[in-house]
Amino acid sequence: MPETVALTVTRYRPEREAEPTSQTYEVPFRKDWVVLDALNYIKDKVDGSLSFRWSCRMGVCGSCGMTVDGQPKLTCAAFLSDHLPGPVRVEPLRFFPVIRDLVVDIRDFMRKLEKVKPWIIRPEEKPLSEGEYRQTPDELDAYKPFSMCINCMLCYSACPIYGLEPSFIGPAAIALAQRYNLDSRDRGAAERLEILTGHDGIWQCTFVGECSAVCPKSVDPAGAIQRYKLTAAVNSLSALLPWGQR
Amino acid sequence: MSAPVHQYTLHHPKWYRRRVSVWWWLERRSYARFVLRELTCVFVALFALVTLWEVRAVVQGPEAHARFLTWLRSPFFLGFHAVALLAVLFHSITWFNLAPKAMVVRLKGKRMPDALVAGANYAAFALLSAAVAFLLLRR
Repeated sequence: MPETVALTVTRYRPEREAEPTSQTYEVPFRKDWVVLDALNYIKDKVDGSLSFRWSCRMGVCGSCGMTVDGQPKLTCAAFLSDHLPGPVRVEPLRFFPVIRDLVVDIRDFMRKLEKVKPWIIRPEEKPLSEGEYRQTPDELDAYKPFSMCINCMLCYSACPIYGLEPSFIGPAAIALAQRYNLDSRDRGAAERLEILTGHDGIWQCTFVGECSAVCPKSVDPAGAIQRYKLTAAVNSLSALLPWGQR
Repeated sequence: MSAPVHQYTLHHPKWYRRRVSVWWWLERRSYARFVLRELTCVFVALFALVTLWEVRAVVQGPEAHARFLTWLRSPFFLGFHAVALLAVLFHSITWFNLAPKAMVVRLKGKRMPDALVAGANYAAFALLSAAVAFLLLRR
């Protein structure tokens, strides 16, 4: 095992440089360290000016996504030992505008997320006296995998379609729309139909499949999109039939 | 009432936007495989053109059709058909493997395993191919 490992980190200080550069830091190697630990070591002991986002350190908050050796990863789950002998290349998430060093602008994703209405929509709530909305285990299973999304945006960073067509609503937003569409308590599928089947919706996806490959929570956004394509196609076909209805 | 002095304004950072290179599909093996799969449609289109050409030859009479069949036996067309077959097989296999992602089949409330959904597609593929082969090869 090496004593130290090198990290080549992207630096971008807009007040100083027009384009990102990279800087190499030497950090102690420890078997139980992840890339985020190394970045925090740099921040605390070597160079306090390095900027990056992080919060929970345990794959729940979804804020520490970066590109590690070319792959979109949560840095709290990327062990240094898997990236030996180094130098470990740490870059900001691809396809997002960089604000500073490893910090990217996530507003585009936040806007898209809001557009698909990722909440339970009901025409009217039943009175409390009628009790809770019950679900069977099977009804829960129908949407549970999609509810595991932590909005880390690794899937956007892995999706070349999003890189080429930034208006694409994207994997996580569609998976989250499906999380509610498939929820037995939800009645909002029709409200989400327009945005999901519109110009920037599911038909932009050509099933590269990398979104599902990089997802740290096994959400399978690619599967969600393909399933919704089938639903949308059946929907529009049945609308053409005289006895069909939307 | 006067307007509030301190109005909230959005922070406008000086972003850096990296342009996507035209060679993006060479950056990862999975991207290259995806582009290859998309390109298989070119061979499907070319094969359709050859079929239309054959229809034209049939309409023009037995002599034209015989000439067309001679062309088909040329090394160029043999090569083209070999490559087209590989391309279409590659497309079909990736397509069948994708089927379980798009179709969730439930039987008695339980989700059928992916292998079964894909397997059903392969079985239908084999059955139809056998039917077509039977029609073409019977004398």
